[in-house]
Amino acid sequence: MRVYLDNSATTSLDKRVLEKMTPYLLADGNASSLHSYGREAQAEVDRAREEIASLVGCSAKEVYFTSGGTESDNWALRGVASALSKEGKHIVTTKIEHPAVLNTCAELQRQGYQITYVGVGADGRVSVEDVKKAVREDTILVSVMFANNEMGAIQPIEEIGAFCREEGIPFHTDAVQAMGSIKIDVKKMNVDLLSFSSHKFHGPKGIGILYIRDGIKCDRLLFGGEQERGRRAGTTNTPAIVGTAEALRLAVAEMEENNRHIKAMRDHFIDRVLKEIPACKLNGGTEHRLVGNANISFDYIEGESILMTLDLNGIAVSSGSACSSGSLEPSHVILALGRKEEEAHSSIRFSFGRENTMEETDYVVDVLKETIQKLRSWSPLFQAKEGESTYV
Amino acid sequence: MYSKKVLDTFANPMNVGEIENPDGVGTVGNASCGDIMQVFLRIENDIIVDAKFKTFGCTAAIASSSIATEMIKGKTPEEALQVKNADVVEALEGLPPQKIHCSVLAEEAIAAAIADYRSKKK
Repeated sequence: MRVYLDNSATTSLDKRVLEKMTPYLLADGNASSLHSYGREAQAEVDRAREEIASLVGCSAKEVYFTSGGTESDNWALRGVASALSKEGKHIVTTKIEHPAVLNTCAELQRQGYQITYVGVGADGRVSVEDVKKAVREDTILVSVMFANNEMGAIQPIEEIGAFCREEGIPFHTDAVQAMGSIKIDVKKMNVDLLSFSSHKFHGPKGIGILYIRDGIKCDRLLFGGEQERGRRAGTTNTPAIVGTAEALRLAVAEMEENNRHIKAMRDHFIDRVLKEIPACKLNGGTEHRLVGNANISFDYIEGESILMTLDLNGIAVSSGSACSSGSLEPSHVILALGRKEEEAHSSIRFSFGRENTMEETDYVVDVLKETIQKLRSWSPLFQAKEGESTYV
Repeated sequence: MYSKKVLDTFANPMNVGEIENPDGVGTVGNASCGDIMQVFLRIENDIIVDAKFKTFGCTAAIASSSIATEMIKGKTPEEALQVKNADVVEALEGLPPQKIHCSVLAEEAIAAAIADYRSKKK
């Protein structure tokens, strides 16, 4: 049996989305061209932009298409930092952001900006109070992710948004993991800039969106043509834009049903794993958590060896260990929860999607039990003592 | 990213386990870095007649432990010390650059086990 439990990494393209995209993949016509081919493409792009805007609660002119979540994050942070550099050079973000935000902040730091990284509790959430405390006179941007990609903690976005609006500080959120899984209304949530990416909700890869609230100052990132109202250069990706609108429409329309199905599998999975496998712990809380996410540390063994053993059995997951990412540092997110380095090395992310089944879930638990037992028997840290497991 | 040899070795590693009352045992690495390798040796008449390992670590660390313990069997301690990390990498048909340290760890674990054997012999 092959089981894909890495839906936070990417999801499959929905066939209904592909069907909508196909004519535009095959068609001639650059949406910027004046001729009928171009106008036809532009009309579709306009329609898609309207649809996306209505689904996230903004107006069409506030929706900008990019190449993906990473570009959207880069643009939001660098664009606002550049536009407001005369007003201040301080940015507030969190310790658990995606590298697209963290490494952009590191670059801004090299350019002379100051960054405050707010920590999280054991449940993986930032406290609104900590964000308030971190803000200074010269703070020009607050960026807090909507939901974490590794352990799924959903952040208090609406509260932080309300505070930032009151203070007049632009507020950005990386909603790459949240979009399609949580109902988002940017106006109600007081969000000024919001990034997301189509392939996380069964849309095409290679396209992202940045919502920029009307009136928010954000310099351009890419120079070139005058696409996207002169703010983002590059040939309009008509098929991907059409696909994004359809994927988001379906994700929102089917959200309740999908979430119910996904949460039932995920909860069953966590229940069984914590009951049937000794010495493992769930990373992050249970209350404010993406429905598809389970992140578990298995004591005494290293995550990548778990990942590869599951892979040998046809199961795809991802790991918070240094060893799978290519760096030598274990996951900054799991460490931010207060876990020890060895626990971060031992963490695995299982991310469920709408195409998974309960049968697959049980299969994964069964294989996982054998895997953990086998790898522990190979580990010098593990000694089985009367059925209990303990550090040597 | 991994060679077929690494994956095959990881899937069916040789020499996993412990030797009771070993003539030499060496432990290197630490859990916070994500790698601990422990090598056990049985040495008779100055020949390594058995070698086993226990490893906390990634695919490459486990494959390196397996291949390195296999490579030193039948050798004298002196000869075993000539098995370097590059030999382990070669036997595994290559390791990704960020995984080379796993082969270094295997070399070091063997050296530590032999040092332990020699110190016990004195």
